[in-house]
Amino acid sequence: MIAVSQQIFEQYINNVWIIFGLKIVAVVGLFLTAPMVVGYVEHKTLAHMQARLGPMEAGKFHGWAQLIADGVKFIQKEDITPTAADKFVFTIAPGIVMVPAILVFFVVPFGPNGWWAENLDVGVFFALAISSISVIGMLAAGWSSANKFSLIGAVRGAAQLIAYELPLLLATAAVVMQAGTLSLPGIAAAQSHYWYVLPQFAGFMLFIIASLAELSRPPFDMPIADSEIIFGHMTEYTGVKFAFFLLTEYAGIVSLSAIASVLFLGGWQPLPLIKFVPGPLWILGKTGILSFIVIWLRATYPRLREDQLQKMAWKYMIPIALLDILLTGIFKVVF
Amino acid sequence: MAVDVKSGILPGGPGEGVEVLVSGSADLATEEMLLNIGPQHPSTHGVLRLVIALDGEMIHSAEPVVGYMHRGFEKMAEVRDYRQIIALVNRHDWLSAFCNELGVVLAVEKLMGLDVPLRAQWIRVMMAEWNRILNHLMFLGSFGLELGAMTPMFYAFREREDIQELMEAATGARLHFTYNRIGGLKEDLPRGFMQHSAALVKKIRHRMDDYAGLLLGNEIFKQRTVGIGKLPGSVAKEFGCSGPILQASGIAEDSRKTEPYLTYDQCEFEVPIGVQGDSFDRFNVLFQRVHQSLSIIEQVHDKMPAGPIMPGKMPKNIKPPEGWIYARTENPLGECGYYLVSKGGKEPWRLKMRTPSFSNVSMLPALLPGNLLPDLIAILGSVFFVVGDVDR
Repeated sequence: MIAVSQQIFEQYINNVWIIFGLKIVAVVGLFLTAPMVVGYVEHKTLAHMQARLGPMEAGKFHGWAQLIADGVKFIQKEDITPTAADKFVFTIAPGIVMVPAILVFFVVPFGPNGWWAENLDVGVFFALAISSISVIGMLAAGWSSANKFSLIGAVRGAAQLIAYELPLLLATAAVVMQAGTLSLPGIAAAQSHYWYVLPQFAGFMLFIIASLAELSRPPFDMPIADSEIIFGHMTEYTGVKFAFFLLTEYAGIVSLSAIASVLFLGGWQPLPLIKFVPGPLWILGKTGILSFIVIWLRATYPRLREDQLQKMAWKYMIPIALLDILLTGIFKVVF
Repeated sequence: MAVDVKSGILPGGPGEGVEVLVSGSADLATEEMLLNIGPQHPSTHGVLRLVIALDGEMIHSAEPVVGYMHRGFEKMAEVRDYRQIIALVNRHDWLSAFCNELGVVLAVEKLMGLDVPLRAQWIRVMMAEWNRILNHLMFLGSFGLELGAMTPMFYAFREREDIQELMEAATGARLHFTYNRIGGLKEDLPRGFMQHSAALVKKIRHRMDDYAGLLLGNEIFKQRTVGIGKLPGSVAKEFGCSGPILQASGIAEDSRKTEPYLTYDQCEFEVPIGVQGDSFDRFNVLFQRVHQSLSIIEQVHDKMPAGPIMPGKMPKNIKPPEGWIYARTENPLGECGYYLVSKGGKEPWRLKMRTPSFSNVSMLPALLPGNLLPDLIAILGSVFFVVGDVDR
């Protein structure tokens, strides 16, 4: 009996295609649910910070089903394509934005011993490279919408890339140098003695600030600044296509928070006195805290100007990041 | 490939001898982009339209197009009797309803030479100041929202709710109060109003710290507003700006001080002024004006006399004598004036409004060019206006 089931397992479950399929289902499932959780938390956190209640009706208990209801609403909406739009580009742009956001989840480790879809040797490189592709989708959306506000938003998004990409990569490079590996599980495993936020605190701050800019979250939400350019590249989108953009934004919060917690907060590594809590909970908790900070900043800060972000990035963040790399290199060689 | 710009001929290759048009130098041809901000736009508070010419994000020219909300109040006033006009004028600037009706009532009383009872005058001062705070809170909140800070807006509405509740207790309305009557007020204050008001003054003063913390002391807010949209005092005067805009440019003009009406001459308050007339100064002046209004309200609490609120039985159809009058009041957004011509009938022959928002918006073409598109929003939010007040 055991031998037969073993045989079935070998034959079917262990088949590379089935495992591949299961991984895809798991990652896409995560991509669809994690943003919902972050979105709900954002609704409620912002509301309570702003002396209001937020969603209270959908699903009865504190409006827990609000985002599911929103999703149903988006599906029901008419799918409008502007007459002057470049229809093909307009249609595929949400996909160009969304697919990289899904792919990032393949390399994020959610716990020790195989809690990841793929352990790439160049995991960090893959994650950061692929998440930058969404800017192309943003430009495509802005250009094809045939709307001046969309165009301004898209160009702002592209300009923002120049500001945040370099500090993000340089801050990561210092961590990679210290860990001696590009693999995300490898970096998390290398932090078993202490979390890298201690030696790399400057890098951690740079990474968080640059991530906010990459996600177009306040105080760096210039590409979608709703009081200036309506909603940037998303102005002309309706229904499901618009929902794809929103989903991507919140999935981005989850994936970048998860990567930040792996790079700097030790991933699944526990704090000394509470080691009995399993690894996956640690990484989810850290991701949750970082996501909460992202939401908190939205409630607090006004928006910067694009040129002020550039100035900040090139005058302060990049020099600090280079100095960080230099110091890390010296320590790596000396000790 | 070298291009002979003078003759416009590409030398060499298969294209030789083909004439090409070379416009300008070897640079790419660029042109200005015309952008319509509004009439439907999140940050124009209604239906103001700005036609701006952009080079990249730099504004080359800006032209406000007004009139999308013209409702013909001045003409309508000619076919309404004097009681009905009170309900009419509190609608052109819906955020300062009480101050508007105060202006027209003062004009008619001046024309008729009526003596308004002292208690009615003091109540008018108090309500006008509460209305001023109500108005300023709206703009304190919305300015933050335009710069991307959401929270001040919700805080502002929390405070506005409290004030509206207070004013509703006396007037019965939350937006269009219609509390003034020619000669006095609709009715006396309800019991317990003064205690309610005194408690609210303390509460609002305490909560103003929230705004100071979220905006005035915020580094990003300062980066976005300090030095942005500087309006020199002389230019502000030329365009007839008034209220917080003029005061932020360093001119302490306030008709409560320079030409006191009601009992403002018996109240002690300061006119806050700005230093360089930028967006930050305009916001700061608005912020300080709330504190001054709170202090005036506290003084009213101490000085409120007892007595009637109407000078006696007023006739149903009020017929001021033939003549004209101009009454000006310091509205929350600036100087509001009513020029009233009476031919002795029960309706005015002509009512001309001088509204603060119209003059304040007319200065935008002088202020906007040379600024960036994101700064347009920072400037527009600090030129406090109500579109109904612009278009009338």
